[in-house]
Amino acid sequence: MTDDTASLLPQRHRLKFVGQLFRRRTVAVGVLVLAVFLVIAVLAPWLTPYSPSKLSIVNRLKPPGATFWFGTDEFGRDVFSRTIYAGRLSLLVGFAVVALSSVIGITLGLLAGFFRRLDTPIARLIDAMMAFPDILLAIALVAALGPSLMTVIVALAIVYAPRLARTVRASTLVIRELPYVEAAQALGISTFHIMTRHVLRNLVSPILVQGTFLFSSAMLAEAGLSFLGLGVSPEIPTWGTMIASGRQYIGQADWMTYFPGFAIILAVLSLQMVGDGLRDMLDPRLQRNL
Amino acid sequence: MIRYILQRLAGMIVVMFLVVTIVFVIVRVTPGDPAAVMLGPDATPQDVADLRTKLGLDQPILLQYVFYFGQLLRGDLGQSIFLNMSVGSALLERAEPTFFLTLFSLAIASVIALPVGIYAAYRRGSFVDQAATTIAMLAASIPSFWLGLILMQFFAVRFNLFPVSGYGGPGSTLLDRLYHLALPAIALGLVSSALIMRFTRASMLDVLGDDYVRTARAKGLTERHVVLRHALKNALIPILTVLGLTAAVLISGAVVTETVFGLPGVGNLVVSAVLRRDYPVIQGALLVIAGIYVLINFAIDMLYLLVDPRVRY
Repeated sequence: MTDDTASLLPQRHRLKFVGQLFRRRTVAVGVLVLAVFLVIAVLAPWLTPYSPSKLSIVNRLKPPGATFWFGTDEFGRDVFSRTIYAGRLSLLVGFAVVALSSVIGITLGLLAGFFRRLDTPIARLIDAMMAFPDILLAIALVAALGPSLMTVIVALAIVYAPRLARTVRASTLVIRELPYVEAAQALGISTFHIMTRHVLRNLVSPILVQGTFLFSSAMLAEAGLSFLGLGVSPEIPTWGTMIASGRQYIGQADWMTYFPGFAIILAVLSLQMVGDGLRDMLDPRLQRNL
Repeated sequence: MIRYILQRLAGMIVVMFLVVTIVFVIVRVTPGDPAAVMLGPDATPQDVADLRTKLGLDQPILLQYVFYFGQLLRGDLGQSIFLNMSVGSALLERAEPTFFLTLFSLAIASVIALPVGIYAAYRRGSFVDQAATTIAMLAASIPSFWLGLILMQFFAVRFNLFPVSGYGGPGSTLLDRLYHLALPAIALGLVSSALIMRFTRASMLDVLGDDYVRTARAKGLTERHVVLRHALKNALIPILTVLGLTAAVLISGAVVTETVFGLPGVGNLVVSAVLRRDYPVIQGALLVIAGIYVLINFAIDMLYLLVDPRVRY
């Protein structure tokens, strides 16, 4: 085998994997919905008929119709425009939480799995962190750090990092014992290089699956925190703050509650569909059962 | 077996020690002076200094930690800043609605999820199986507080079948209280039934293909007997684990749902404590709930001893 064909092989494998992944209907639909959400979030200023913060007292609590597709809220703001802008923020929070918790979780998991001395203290720390219900720990952290968009992201990242760390640790413990890691050690390759190039590369699948589920959990948790008034400022449209303000008018203007709720469900559902498909593809044992 | 129990017990103690440490640290990471944050901008420097002394914040951090630990070992969770009572009493006073809500939701979730999960596994690939799996995925995507609001709007406001909010008056009967908990419990139960259903299905599928199930069928036992007596008994371990985990998730979900339905439970207490920066209450609630979670996990481990003879050896 020439060097050229050898370098082409992984790419061909990758393309084959992506092809197989998209042949699953749930994954294809999930990715499509997520892509639509992403495009809408990016193009929000051009897609929304009104500014999300434009007040219009004469148009307050108008039901959905031709002028206001999703109706208006108590200040006459367009619910459709606000739902789209809220999606921007919710996706941003989800992505930021996954990114930050991945950095923390992967580092902790790799260290625990690779260095026996660090394993017990880190594993115990993970157990202790996971003893707290996620939203409750996030509430306590937000209470301590003060409510803001950044604190919500940091708090949720701290809450979800142990889940990722546990997955990475478990996989690292297995990979560490494989002959190619032993061979790399025998060749005198540095530990850092082995951890990042040989171990981490083989952890991409479980991290990807866990990351997708964390994304959806983070979106739900952010909505919960904002709903309680403990997340971002109520003036900033997120799906959670929109439901919180809709709650007070649910008797007269239930659309204020319905539409942001549908948006959360659709976004979380599509993430779960993608996550499920990925997990089934990457773990044939689970494919049999779940 | 005793070695196994002692190992688990030691693990539990270490985890609880770390839980206490985390709870202690959380308040100390507050930017600025926690006493000043708790009392707000209108407090005088004297008030802040008094509260610092009262909470022991004027002591070195290590001493504060030792003091906090000692206080917890005496069963004292501290004093609430705003409620004029001990944190333990405040939590006890609010424990009943949360306890019943968690139990009620878990019962609803199990009643839906266990039979559906077992049947979906038994009829793998059928319409029922596919429908159940899809609905479970959808249910797991619904925020419980949103579902609570929708249920409240339809069944309490529009059709007047259930109370809109609250937990019954002071002299209300247990039945009346449970009636008040019905909608929040349905909201929480429906959402959490998804996880239980999926685990039950997966766990049943694992055992239904095993040799002893084939043997049971070959012996001429009825399908009902094979599935419920032979297969389910062996599928119980993962199901027990997920039931325990769901209980913890439900406590967490109760925090938000209690606020929607105005239930005077621990969740509501925590949310109002956060809004008033009543840190001792937040710390106490965190500790107790994490402690319950650790205990549930320990109880599940002990149940393994009863259910799975392999663990005993």
